[in-house]
Amino acid sequence: MSDKFSLSVRNAAGITIIDLQGELDAYTAPLLEEAVQKSITEKRYNILVNFKELRYIASAGIGVFMAFIQETRDNGGDIKMCNMISKIYKSFDNHGFTMFYEILQHEDEAIKKFK
Amino acid sequence: MKNSTTHNEQLHFTIPSQTQYLHDVREFITNAATTFGFNEDETHNIVLAVDEACTNIIEHSYQYAKDKKIVIDVFLKKNSLEIIITDTGKKFEPDTIPTPNLEEYIQQRKQGGLGLFLIKKIMDTVEFSFQENKNILRMVKHRSS
Repeated sequence: MSDKFSLSVRNAAGITIIDLQGELDAYTAPLLEEAVQKSITEKRYNILVNFKELRYIASAGIGVFMAFIQETRDNGGDIKMCNMISKIYKSFDNHGFTMFYEILQHEDEAIKKFK
Repeated sequence: MKNSTTHNEQLHFTIPSQTQYLHDVREFITNAATTFGFNEDETHNIVLAVDEACTNIIEHSYQYAKDKKIVIDVFLKKNSLEIIITDTGKKFEPDTIPTPNLEEYIQQRKQGGLGLFLIKKIMDTVEFSFQENKNILRMVKHRSS
């Protein structure tokens, strides 16, 4: 598994799906920020982040979701998350974050949660 | 006891003050913590604490100046791992940093400032001092078994 960070963006059923891979830290977080910002600029407020291939997240990465979650919700959307390995889930839990986000196990299940 | 290291061994690592080197820091700390006998979860947390500390130094202490140094010393003691991180940037005053209220945080759309909160949550001892124009962060994590 490569530890270099990369992301790709898909659109499905009106939802922006961002697939993350590698390590998300203060160096790589601006790439995620750019992708989330682009979706919001395009008025696509339903964003699903797929963590399947992500192996590490620092608070700089989590901070990106904190910065944008309210804006998506104010516009009737949400940022939901899926496919986290336990190490990543624990990083969210350490921040007390799991109570603010809907974190689902599978992508299909997460897509259905968007109204 | 899984410790395979000699007690009181010391490791040393220096990086330029740039976020692109955080990966190297993580690799260094992963090796140190694993060698010391911490399990995967404990190692991950220690790596995260050190990553957050170095990120804070780059952003706040050096304010993104790229030509500075961050010095990391790791001491493998009998039952604990001690990590000392030194920088020569702006004096850090931890008492001025409030504990974040996450709900307010989200409403205010803030993005940074979680690192210190996380470091304190993970490490058993976190001490800041300022000596001879250097910020010195001392962190200790005890081995549970």
